[in-house]
Amino acid sequence: MSLLPFFQWCYQTAIGEAIRESIWLFPVIEAFHLVGLGLVVGAVLLVDVRLLGAGLVKQPVPELAAAVQPWLLGSLALMFTSGGLLFLSEATKCYNSPAFWVKMTSLFLVLIFTFTVRRRVTRANLAADRPLPGRLTALISLSLWFGVAWGGRWIGFS
Amino acid sequence: MSLLAFFGWLADTSWSVALHESQYAYSIVESVHVWTLAVFFGSVVMFDLRLLGWIMPKVPASEVVGRLLPVTKVAFVIMVITGTLLFFAIPLRSYQNIFFRSKMLLLLLAGLNVWLFHARVYPKVVTSDVGGIAPRAAKVAGALSLALWIAIVFSGRMIAYNWFDCDRQPQPDIINFLTSCDATEAGP
Repeated sequence: MSLLPFFQWCYQTAIGEAIRESIWLFPVIEAFHLVGLGLVVGAVLLVDVRLLGAGLVKQPVPELAAAVQPWLLGSLALMFTSGGLLFLSEATKCYNSPAFWVKMTSLFLVLIFTFTVRRRVTRANLAADRPLPGRLTALISLSLWFGVAWGGRWIGFS
Repeated sequence: MSLLAFFGWLADTSWSVALHESQYAYSIVESVHVWTLAVFFGSVVMFDLRLLGWIMPKVPASEVVGRLLPVTKVAFVIMVITGTLLFFAIPLRSYQNIFFRSKMLLLLLAGLNVWLFHARVYPKVVTSDVGGIAPRAAKVAGALSLALWIAIVFSGRMIAYNWFDCDRQPQPDIINFLTSCDATEAGP
């Protein structure tokens, strides 16, 4: 079954239409989305850089991960809300944009990875005695997040 | 030669036109600008939240600043370079863009805040760090930095959507004054 009817339905919602018709709503929502992006990257980097053996090396990984967790979840909520609104306003364009699908695939993978493998690695302080799993986790996490950011920016160019 | 005339001349140089009309170069430069923005803004927000005592209160603020600042600096340099290139591709339109102007003003204020913080407040932060609570001035600097950088991200994003462009007349007199637009001309 094709997802196209769903995308078309999203595009035709009253919210999607209101955003399209406004001169400033789309850019303002996009700016919120960018602030959210910065917050997510900040919260992710703090832990991933530590897993790579740099940054706040004196702090235990589990404590750092716990400290940024509420900020990570909060900024993800901001990104989903603003991103969802942007999507409604141009859903049919997204359906035909390869960049959109790159982004959604990376996002799907990184969310699963973050809340399963990465969560376990950062909680178990695995990186302290066995640096390789920690480094690998950080590299996978950063690569997937870059996929999200790459796809996200290129939706706008398509 | 006025700035307006200078940027008008710059806009007509072949390099500026080439970057503006390139199929990929402009998009790539803009992408790098956004990605480094995420790294820069993300690390700055972590400093600010720490100064406010909202995150990692047990980790000394000087440790957070000291260990993350190299990343912030590299990201900042890349942002300035890519940002300059983006301006160079569209100099005159950007110069007359009200959001570009407000962004430059806000950047100046943010820079002033950074300078004041490092010259006056940071030495106190380092000495009073261990207790976990930063001095009041550090909290003010953190809150100001947070507000300014969020405003800079907003202005920056609006530059691309400028709905006060000189070509979109009529505009209120105050807008044309603030953007040095000539309402009687069709615009640049």
